[in-house]
Amino acid sequence: MKKLFILGKEDRPSLPAIVCSWLLVCIFIVVFFWISLHAIQTTFDFSFIADFHIRLLKGFGMTLLLSLASFIVSLFLGVISAAGQGSRLLPIRCLCTLYVTFIRGTPLIMQIYLFFYIIGTAWGIENRFLAGVLILSIFEGAYITEILRGSLLSIDAAQLEAARAVGFTHAQTIRWVILPQLIARTLPALTGQLASIIKDSSLLSMIAVIEITQTIREITATNFRLFEGYFFLGILYLCLTLPVTLASKVLERRFRYEN
Amino acid sequence: MKIEFQQLSRQFEDGRIVLDSINFSDEIRTLAIIGPSGGGKSTLLRILGGLLLPTSGEVFVNGSPIPQNEEQLQRYRKEIGFVFQQGGLFRHMTALENIQIPLVQVHHYSERSAKERALELLERFGLKEDSHKRPFQLSGGQQQRVAIARAIAARPRFLLLDEPTSALDPEYTTEVLDIVNELKNEGMELIIVTHEMGFARHACEKAAFLCQGRLMEYGDSHTLFTHPQTPQLEQFLGRLLEWNI
Repeated sequence: MKKLFILGKEDRPSLPAIVCSWLLVCIFIVVFFWISLHAIQTTFDFSFIADFHIRLLKGFGMTLLLSLASFIVSLFLGVISAAGQGSRLLPIRCLCTLYVTFIRGTPLIMQIYLFFYIIGTAWGIENRFLAGVLILSIFEGAYITEILRGSLLSIDAAQLEAARAVGFTHAQTIRWVILPQLIARTLPALTGQLASIIKDSSLLSMIAVIEITQTIREITATNFRLFEGYFFLGILYLCLTLPVTLASKVLERRFRYEN
Repeated sequence: MKIEFQQLSRQFEDGRIVLDSINFSDEIRTLAIIGPSGGGKSTLLRILGGLLLPTSGEVFVNGSPIPQNEEQLQRYRKEIGFVFQQGGLFRHMTALENIQIPLVQVHHYSERSAKERALELLERFGLKEDSHKRPFQLSGGQQQRVAIARAIAARPRFLLLDEPTSALDPEYTTEVLDIVNELKNEGMELIIVTHEMGFARHACEKAAFLCQGRLMEYGDSHTLFTHPQTPQLEQFLGRLLEWNI
């Protein structure tokens, strides 16, 4: 029995031990929430899912679309900004450094208001989906810059010297050495960033982009099923983020020669 | 091959002089470069390999100067095999790809003939079973054998080896040195920077002693080891022999 829950210093957990521990944790969490719900005398009613399934599906689709579009645009911004930080033109370098420092140092919600209500209004960006994608991309792009820059800096000088020694040209070195190593190093972290984008997209509900969080907010405002609504919302986000996190882990294992 | 250095110097950015006005000219088949760490051995080999430019002076190989511009240097490097101390294999490629891809991309072999050549060398060096392993899955000795296979795959004019065994355990050192010796016996001309004095003395025809950036001694390797002319070499050899069995 003791062996089922306590590991020795060098031990690896056995399959039954893993299953038992997961089961124990799940039972604990379910019981904890059940007692909590009982204490405030609430019962769950999920009938709204069937009633609003079209709106929910649309909102879910919008979250997915927002996240994917933002991921692509932020990747683009990240590549430009990472390259800009290494630019020989000092103003470009300053601009990219300022961008990364400002975005990483301030909360997303402040940026959403700033970009949407001041810059967006001033420049006539009224389409909320477009504005949402741009704002989220600017935010995530700063983090992607850091991922790319870190990977680029960590490429071993010996690998570049070996590339020269075998006779590779500069272009061949990029194609055959730098890019594959950069991709192997950044792909797991970039996939993890996609999970962040999915979660962060929920804040775009602040500017009334009708994604899944905003949909749930609207539904719960009419039926007052707040607990069920946000519980279901959490499950929906997990449906998206868990596979992405899993993919990130698989990629990490696939490229383990980098670590 | 005929190697010639004229007033060859190399200074680092911090002002430190690594090579100090080296003059040298001789016909070489196998040369061991020995000397204390930081004496300029690897820098000299890198200059010969076209990986580093001298600060001043010139290097001639078979009468032709080593080019100065990158495009011509690329062409020059293609004709030379270079083996690094460690980490010279591309870590994302398998042993086979490490040999095959440069053959295809740099030497314009067809995919098939490059693969055949790579497999032939891997088999020869006892690595046939490991051809699909990446460097991190190979032992240090196996990695260096792949590195040597890659260096000789395109039949280079000569081979440069920069301390190929100094990161290896003793048992792996022997297997790598055996291969180098085998290549030498087949007529491969080579220059090796090494701390393996037995190899330098018995397997190489000539030896050069580099210390504090200067070429202190050069000559027939047997004579250099038995009759050192400078106190620096005497002291260097004495220190090496201190713990000999």
